[in-house]
Amino acid sequence: MIAPFAARFKHWKRDRRALWVGYAMIAVALAVLPFLVDNTLGRTWVRVIDFALIYAMLALGLNIVVGFAGLLDLGYIAFYAVGAYTWALLASPQFGLHLPFWLILPIGFVAAGFFGVLLGAPTLRLRGDYLAIVTLGFGEIVRIFLNNLDHPVNITNGPIGINLIDPVMIGGVSLTKTHEILGIEFSGTHIYYYLLLLLVMATIFVCVRLEDSRLGRAWIAIREDETAAQAMGINTRNVKLLAFAMGASFGGIAGGLFSSFQGFVSPESFILLESIMVLCMVVLGGMGHVAGVVLGTFLLAVLPEVLRHGASPVQQQLFGKVILDPESLRMMLFGLALILVMLLRPSGLWPSPIRRREFADAKADS
Amino acid sequence: MDIFLQQVLNGLVLGSVYALVALGYTMVYGILGLINFAHGEVVMIGAMVALTVMNALLGAAVGLPPSLVLALATATAIAVCMALAFSIERVAYRPLRRAPRLAPLITAIGMSILLQNLAMMIWGRQYRTFPSVIPVTPHSIGGASITDVQIVIIVVSAAIMAGLLLLVQYTRLGRAMRATAENPTVAGLMGVNINRIISATFVIGAALAAVAGVLVAANYSIAHYSMGFMLGLKAFTAAVLGGIGNLAGAMLGGLLLGLIESIGAGYISDVSGGFFGSHYQDVFAFLVLVLVLVFRPTGIMGERVAERA
Repeated sequence: MIAPFAARFKHWKRDRRALWVGYAMIAVALAVLPFLVDNTLGRTWVRVIDFALIYAMLALGLNIVVGFAGLLDLGYIAFYAVGAYTWALLASPQFGLHLPFWLILPIGFVAAGFFGVLLGAPTLRLRGDYLAIVTLGFGEIVRIFLNNLDHPVNITNGPIGINLIDPVMIGGVSLTKTHEILGIEFSGTHIYYYLLLLLVMATIFVCVRLEDSRLGRAWIAIREDETAAQAMGINTRNVKLLAFAMGASFGGIAGGLFSSFQGFVSPESFILLESIMVLCMVVLGGMGHVAGVVLGTFLLAVLPEVLRHGASPVQQQLFGKVILDPESLRMMLFGLALILVMLLRPSGLWPSPIRRREFADAKADS
Repeated sequence: MDIFLQQVLNGLVLGSVYALVALGYTMVYGILGLINFAHGEVVMIGAMVALTVMNALLGAAVGLPPSLVLALATATAIAVCMALAFSIERVAYRPLRRAPRLAPLITAIGMSILLQNLAMMIWGRQYRTFPSVIPVTPHSIGGASITDVQIVIIVVSAAIMAGLLLLVQYTRLGRAMRATAENPTVAGLMGVNINRIISATFVIGAALAAVAGVLVAANYSIAHYSMGFMLGLKAFTAAVLGGIGNLAGAMLGGLLLGLIESIGAGYISDVSGGFFGSHYQDVFAFLVLVLVLVFRPTGIMGERVAERA
């Protein structure tokens, strides 16, 4: 009796040590990544990674709504917009306000969460694609308001957008400027990389813990069968509202960081295509699976950039001149990639073990 | 009063086009439960193909009568769109019929992006002038004006919609379509060739979309590679408003959305004391949608489905 136990314990202990070594290696890799990328590919690519991290936060937030709770949201970018504009209005010359980040981030968090409830409350009775179209409409409404609230009272500056937005400042030190720490030069892009990485890791932690929590199980129960979940005593109204609110809040934080990093926001960043993009990241990676979503995000955030930089040189090499407009070529290939990945792996590139099992069952049934 | 009449006329014209496109969405949704995001792009391709054919015919100076040129162009557009929709369904949707619900939605989005950029490569990114072969001289009805093109739009859409209703109600194909929408498995057991019916649904929807594309381009005398996207969204909204999966609902939803938009755009500024301009017409349309769905969660004419156990 005891021997196998001991053996297993020993095995477990060794596994644990291996796990820590693995974690340490990943941490080191993540820490040197921006320098590696900067020196090999150039500063632009560090920026690309920064944006990928912002998208990761967005996709993880949307994953709560779509992946966990199964509520199809096509207007998710609206919460990103709320967060971005909250930051922009409270820390820019627009109103002459320059609040510190530790005040704005919670405000953006709450504001976006409030908008999440605002969207969620009237749509609780809707199911499936009816919900999808209402959320889509909501996203468009928010964008149209941002685009037009420059008259009669100028709030958002209309289509021109808001400029000169404050970066994150810690003790009077701006994080978008270059600093020298311990003899190593950190540019703003690098510093933001670490800041965003930290936030993404926190988001991942929250998501993983949420998934295993009582609330997470309630979301999954609603996703699988709302009527049965209700019969089991889950308060579907509150639980769904919480999904909307929490998903939205993550979007709000991501938006705030986006606006501080970019220093500029305009309604153009919050078009429907962006909502669709984030949804694609979630579904392509593997809906409801945190690791899959992160994978999907990085692929979809980096792939278009690779195509943008690669489309012209490759054509030069092949045909000696640029035949096809690189911009439309890149979007075309992007569309093609979406179709191909879904055809080959309908439940995403890296589906959660539960979904994979379900899909196998469904196949066996047919 | 004449302003009101004018807005109603404009709304009817806009609404007829929405209704034509909405029918394509609602038929596909009724049978597959899929939002066919690429449908708006089919509308755009229809307009673009018609534009190319017309330019070729007019440029060749064959001296064909303008109405024949338009008819030929429309026929070509219909044929191309039917073939396109057929292949889209075969390539992107059929392999995923048993996949998780969102997978075909993503391929539909991918298709939409692909087609839009393909069109941009073929026809360029600038606005293209659509040859106006129907005279645009306005007629006056009770103080409001309407052009020949707009009359054609209303008449043609009404005729097509009536034809579609007859087709679905009284023909063998229509009966098979209704059976498939009701329950594909049972319909299959009763001897309906499901795959053929689904293809037929896509092809019929594409034909309507092609006509809608030509009409809309003729009305504004303009065609653009991105014209299908917003039109598609509006049409889908109309289909949901009417109750998705319901043909009469899609028509009603389309007309209603057109009327709401044009009347809303005309009066929103007066009602709000100049605070909201006509830029808010889309907000208006979506707000009505939300309100309708809050009180009737399955649309105006949608059946009250029992909570599925």
